[in-house]
Amino acid sequence: MYPDNLYYSKDHEWLRLEGEEAVVGITDFAQKQLGDIIYVDLPQPGKVLEAHQTVGSVESVKSVSDVYSPVSGEVVAVNSELSQSPDLINKDPHGQGWIVRLKIKDKAEVNNLMKAAEYEKYLEGLEH
Amino acid sequence: MKKTRLNAVHKEAGARMVEFAGFEMPVEYKGIIDEHLAVRTRAGLFDVSHMGEIIVEGPEALACVQYLTPNDAGKLGPGQVQYTALTTPEGTFVDDMLVYCLSVPDKYLLVVNAANTDKDYAWVKEKSEPFQVFVVNRSDEHSQLALQGPLAQEILQPLTELDLGQMKSFTFAFGKVAGIECLVSRTGYTGEDGFEIYTLAENPEVIWKAIMAEGGPKGLLPVGLGARDTLRLEAKLMLYGNDISDRTTVLEADLKWIVKFQKGDFLGRAILEKQLQEGLKRKLVGFEMVDKGIARPHYPVFAGGRQVSEVCSGTFAPYVKKAIGLVYLPVELTEIGTEFEIGVRDRKLKARVIPTPFYKREKK
Repeated sequence: MYPDNLYYSKDHEWLRLEGEEAVVGITDFAQKQLGDIIYVDLPQPGKVLEAHQTVGSVESVKSVSDVYSPVSGEVVAVNSELSQSPDLINKDPHGQGWIVRLKIKDKAEVNNLMKAAEYEKYLEGLEH
Repeated sequence: MKKTRLNAVHKEAGARMVEFAGFEMPVEYKGIIDEHLAVRTRAGLFDVSHMGEIIVEGPEALACVQYLTPNDAGKLGPGQVQYTALTTPEGTFVDDMLVYCLSVPDKYLLVVNAANTDKDYAWVKEKSEPFQVFVVNRSDEHSQLALQGPLAQEILQPLTELDLGQMKSFTFAFGKVAGIECLVSRTGYTGEDGFEIYTLAENPEVIWKAIMAEGGPKGLLPVGLGARDTLRLEAKLMLYGNDISDRTTVLEADLKWIVKFQKGDFLGRAILEKQLQEGLKRKLVGFEMVDKGIARPHYPVFAGGRQVSEVCSGTFAPYVKKAIGLVYLPVELTEIGTEFEIGVRDRKLKARVIPTPFYKREKK
């Protein structure tokens, strides 16, 4: 279910490494909890973030949820397609529904995140 | 946590379940937007078995209901339904509800909100003491399904001997649906045409499955509490606890049409009459967001630089495709077009008073 090439946070963000950069989105579990997403609040490129800092928010019909940056870094791009089609997060959370691209400050921080198998175990724990 | 008799059916259908008013209920199946639009354009099927059913029976049942409610139950003949409220002596809400006239003047069914059933039952029992009536809480024995949407009649008709074409809005009849004895009323909580189907049978899943089989090919979807809330808000139907409570009067809630002073005495009458004469200080109005963002319940509301209220109901409305809501505002701010601000997380966003209901179906 959860791709092996991604890293996962306890707050249900995922991260994909691409050289010195990272693509970040919310997990399939997170999008299912939110339901139909209708609005995504995106940061300005250039914004510098610490790990766990709010990068934006995702709003569904019923609720709103902050998105936290899994690692420290600078926003180099945002997924502007989400302004027109926020439901990309529901349809393809780990792919076309990506939210931001960061220039990573310290790659070692990635080691604090979970691999797919660990994240799946973490989710099982939440359901009990 | 209580379960309705349809619990297994929801889980089989892949519903996401949540706790609501002490019941494990489906909040959504396919998604709130799809379910909402299905009800507006085709049809949706809801399990609302959590609702409360209280029966008032006895020679003074009508007199008792008249005393407990502001609307005129004396206008009801057998087979008629009325939207009304249980009012406090302060003219505020114990609950809002439907009254079904089973027999004049001796038998009435009150259909109340799930979260209030026990409170309402205790209230009705206490306040009915001076009257020759029995009050019985039959909530646990009842299951209730709601079939709502423009195709509701077409889907239900093949499953019942009742002539639905003859059944007017806010009337009901007893008859079989899918072979099971039911009370079928032409009522609902969505702003669409449709039916609410009550049964005492132990196997209401037979009805559910028959309706889904009949309606599925026509685009009928099962609908959860999530879309039930967005549908009722678009139609400006009240939600107890959000829009009305024991701190808001019937007149402040803009429900003067259910207050019939000429019928005689009822709980809260004196205060409501006084409020009508003196004029309201605040009133419930509908708003839309002007700035991009969505107002949610309890978000603070500002005017002239100070907080004047908080949001009652607020959501994104899938059919009218706007962020809408309801709020009590000082009367001087209630004119259509008046702008005010809502604190949405860390920002103050502009909103505007607009006419309600936000959605009104076109009459055929």
